[in-house]
This record gives sequence, structure tokens and C-alpha cells, in this order.
Amino acid sequence: MTPLVIIGIYLAILLVLGVSSNRLFKGTSLDYLLASHSIGPFLLLMSLFGTTMTSFSLVGSTGKSYAVGIGVYGLMASSSALLHPLCFFIIGLKVWKLGRDHGYTTQIEFFKDRLESNRVGWVLFPVLVGLVIPYVLIGILGAGGTINAVTRDVFPETFAESNGGIPSWLGSLVICGVVLAYVFAGGMRGTAWANAFQTTVFMALGVITFFVLVKGIGGKEGFFESLQSASGAVDPGKLSREHMPHRLYFAFLLIPFSIGMFPHIFQHWLTARDANAFKLPIVVHPLFVMIVWAPCVLIGTWASAKSVGIPESLPSAAILGFLVKHHSGEILSGLLTAGILAAIMSSLDSQFLCLGTMFTRDVLGRRDSGSSESDDRRTVLLARGFVVFIVALCYVLALLAGQAKGVSVFNLGIWCFSGFSALFPLIAAALYWRGLTKAGAYASVVTTAVFWIVLLLDSDWGNNQKYSIHGQHQIVTLVAASTIALVGFSLVTRKPSDETLAKFFPKT
Amino acid sequence: MKPVPWLILLVLVAAHHDFWFWNDSTLLGGWLPIGLGYHIALSIVAAVFWLFAVKTAWPVEDEPASVEALPEGSTEEGSAT
Repeated sequence: MTPLVIIGIYLAILLVLGVSSNRLFKGTSLDYLLASHSIGPFLLLMSLFGTTMTSFSLVGSTGKSYAVGIGVYGLMASSSALLHPLCFFIIGLKVWKLGRDHGYTTQIEFFKDRLESNRVGWVLFPVLVGLVIPYVLIGILGAGGTINAVTRDVFPETFAESNGGIPSWLGSLVICGVVLAYVFAGGMRGTAWANAFQTTVFMALGVITFFVLVKGIGGKEGFFESLQSASGAVDPGKLSREHMPHRLYFAFLLIPFSIGMFPHIFQHWLTARDANAFKLPIVVHPLFVMIVWAPCVLIGTWASAKSVGIPESLPSAAILGFLVKHHSGEILSGLLTAGILAAIMSSLDSQFLCLGTMFTRDVLGRRDSGSSESDDRRTVLLARGFVVFIVALCYVLALLAGQAKGVSVFNLGIWCFSGFSALFPLIAAALYWRGLTKAGAYASVVTTAVFWIVLLLDSDWGNNQKYSIHGQHQIVTLVAASTIALVGFSLVTRKPSDETLAKFFPKT
Repeated sequence: MKPVPWLILLVLVAAHHDFWFWNDSTLLGGWLPIGLGYHIALSIVAAVFWLFAVKTAWPVEDEPASVEALPEGSTEEGSAT
């Protein structure tokens, strides 16, 4: 029961924080969707980091390290430490400047202008939404599963069918409800505040958990003796990367580029108060990645030692929870669960708000420029309505996905990242290559969509974990195909007008 | 665009593929696998590198914050006083 009480308190704090941000709400759509471009360095750092880190950073990294060892850190963490700031630096800053100068709120508004095509949204919108939704579903399902696991046997009679724990559908519903409440009330400002709190929580709890587990796993009196004991018991193969293919490792360098095309990251970039607000996120992001990932990778690697006693049937996602339950008390178990939920919700809120924004701006075509006050209030109302719609839709889809036979939404996750990485050349070319044409952009998006679907089906909906194309990870094929289509079609089709080129590539 | 930061970034990306520690399971201090220690160090170096890049190759001219953009009652970070 203690973990449940801690989770309840955590969610209550989050609600109060998010909803109280509504006191600063100006009532305009610019304020609701972009916090009136008022976000400073600290909140931008916390929002961007919280949004990019999901439950995988805590639970998934531990489970993956349990399976393959310390190589997971280089595979997914240090590459992000190097390349996420690159995306902030070369894409985020430019996007922020263009967004501020020309009033963009979504990616599609930017691409419409840059490509001189009002119909680019018809192609881009379904692809972006299609790639974000599985990512959202992972969060919703993960939250429900986490709450179910930590409350197991607490309600043996009421919830007998779900092992005495709060059923996943109910846990997911509560989490969706809390996120909806503060996104609905506080919009982007509420989301940024909640993200800052959540990021602090999951980073702090990750570190605390590490220190507690070192003693538990190592089993010695002193801290360093426990560290040595824990590492000494691990199979040497897991302490190196001898089981990790070089090609896979190299291909994963493309994954961090996916954030360059995440629509919710795009929206966060536009909230920055000024260019200087980007400096702190660019510099500190690598350190935050290290603080979250290094302890989890070590814990997962230690857990692979036979002496730790992880049951072979235990799913990799349950390993961190298992260790906490066996080596600490109920309080830490509750706190860690709050940390995992924090990591999940800090991505979900931005994704819900972003999808609501896209429906409001890109589908209904609502604009704030030149609109009357009452019209702008109606835009806010519509945006809130769409946020409610998106949360409800994603919740229903998550329930369906949870019951789907033969399709693992978790396996789809890495495919979503691959899809966004394949779209990275599009945003990079739009910002840096005058030669990008409308046809080149359409070709890139369509090629990405077609290849993504064909390869996904060929990999049995991502269930074939060893799927490769001529020995290469799918991301290499997707990025290569998208880039070739973009460059090839751009070279042979009509360039944008001089007016557009002057707007996006001003002479300095 | 100044070339030095980008050349350093290329070196760091190349250094990310540390084939020299690939099969090495040495434990630094008796507990930290050398391959992991190397990549933790690489993360710290990445932060130092980005500090250098921000200082030497900042692509946007510093502009004063728009007072009008800040919500009423908010402080520097858009938070309540």
C-alpha cells in the first residue's frame, strides 16, 4: 500500500503544479501553445531533457543492459550525449529564429512556407502523427503496467484478475487523466513546469536507487567493496561489447537525429524566450544523459550475474522493479515507481499538447495573426478540445494495442525513432540547402513512409529483433532512401522562388 | 561557420566507435568496466565540447529578451514569484 500512497502524493503534487500554472495564463493561443515564447534556459533544459527521456531511460536501459551488458551506454546514451545537442544547435536554434520571425507553431506551418506548398501537410501530417502515436502508446501502456506491478497483491479480492494489483487499464486511465488535467489547464507553460518537476524527480530517484542497490547487489559493508563485488560477479562478456555487432553500434548513431524531426521537440524549441535560452540545454544535456543512464546500465549489467538471482522468466522491463523490491523497502519502491511515471509523463504531456496543436493549426488552419480576441479565445478552446480528443483517442488505441495479438507496440518504438531519423534530412535540407524543392521534400516523405511500412511488415511488425537489410539495421536503409529521394528529386525539379529563398536564407 | 568546432565534433563522433576497448573487460578501480568508463568520460567531454562550441561558434546574434513576451507576474523562467 505504501507505494500506492507515494504515487498518489506524487500525482497530486503534479496536478497542483500544472494546474496552478494556469494563474499565469494570458488567455491567448500563443500563450497556450507556446507559453508566449517566455521559457528561459532552466525550464527549456528540463523540458527538452524530460521530453526526450522516456521510461526506457530507467527501465528499458536496465533491462537491455541485463541482456547485452555495458555496451548499451555507448549504443544509446553517449551517442545521444553527443548528437542531441547538435540537433539543438543546428536545427533548434534556426527553427526558433524562423518561428519567432514568421509566427510558426508547428512543423507543417514551417514546411508550407519553405516549400511554397499549402498541401505538404496532407503528406506530412499523417506521417508525423503515425510515427508519434506508437511512441505515445508505449508511454500509456508502460504507465499502466508499472502501476499494476507495484500494487500487485494489494487488492487481492477487488482486482483478483490482475494479480491483486490495480489493473493496467485503470492505471493508464489515471495517468492519462492527470496529464490531461495539467495540459488542459496550463497548456505549454503547465507542461514545462510539470516537466521540470518530473525531470528533477526521475533524475534524483535514479541516483538514490543506484546507491541503495549497490549495497543490496554487492552485499558488502562498504560502498566501494560492494561496487567491486557487484562487478566482479559479472560474466566478462557483459563487461565489454564482445557480443555487440560493430555495424549495429554504428547504425545506432543515426537514432539521436530523430529528435530533429520530433514535432513535440519542435514545439518546445519555439517556446524559448531568446536564443541564449538554448545555451544551457546544449551544454548540460550530455551530463544529464550520463546521470540517468550510467547508473541504470551498471545496475542492469550487475543483475546479469547469476548470484543476483533474477528469475529467467522475468521480462527485461521488470528487472529494475524486481531489484528494488528485493533490496530496498516499500518506500523506495514507491519512490522509484514515481520516478518511472515521471519519465513517462514528461514525454506524454508534450506529445498530447503537440498533437492537439497540430489538429488545431494544421487541420483546422487556425492562426493567431490578425485574428480578433474572441477568435483567438475560440482557438484556445479548440486546442483544449483537441487535447481532450487526442488523450481519449490514444487511451483507446493503447487498450486495443495492449490486446493486439502478434503486434508489440514496444517493438514498434525503435521503428518510430527510425522513421523520424529518416525525416531528419528533410529538416536539415530545409534549413541549410537552398536547392531543396517541393518535389524533393514530397519524395523524401513518401519514400520514408513507403519504406517504413514495407520494412516493418517484412520484419513481422518489428517482432523480428534481428531483422536487417543486407546486414544493416533498418535505420540505415530508411535514412539512405529518404536522402537519395530528397536530393535526386530536388536536383531535377523547379527551385523555390527567389522571394522564398531570400526569406529563409537571408544574406548576412 | 567556424570549422574548428565541427572538426572536433567529427573527432568525438569517431571516438565514439572505440574499437580499442571493444573486447576489454578490465575493471577500473576494480568495479568500473573500462568500456563504460570511457563512454562516461566521452559524455563529460561532450559537455565541455558543447560549451566550447557555444562560446566560439554561436550562430545567432544575442538579442534582448522581449519584455512583452513574458507573462504578467512571471519571473525569468516564466515561473511565479
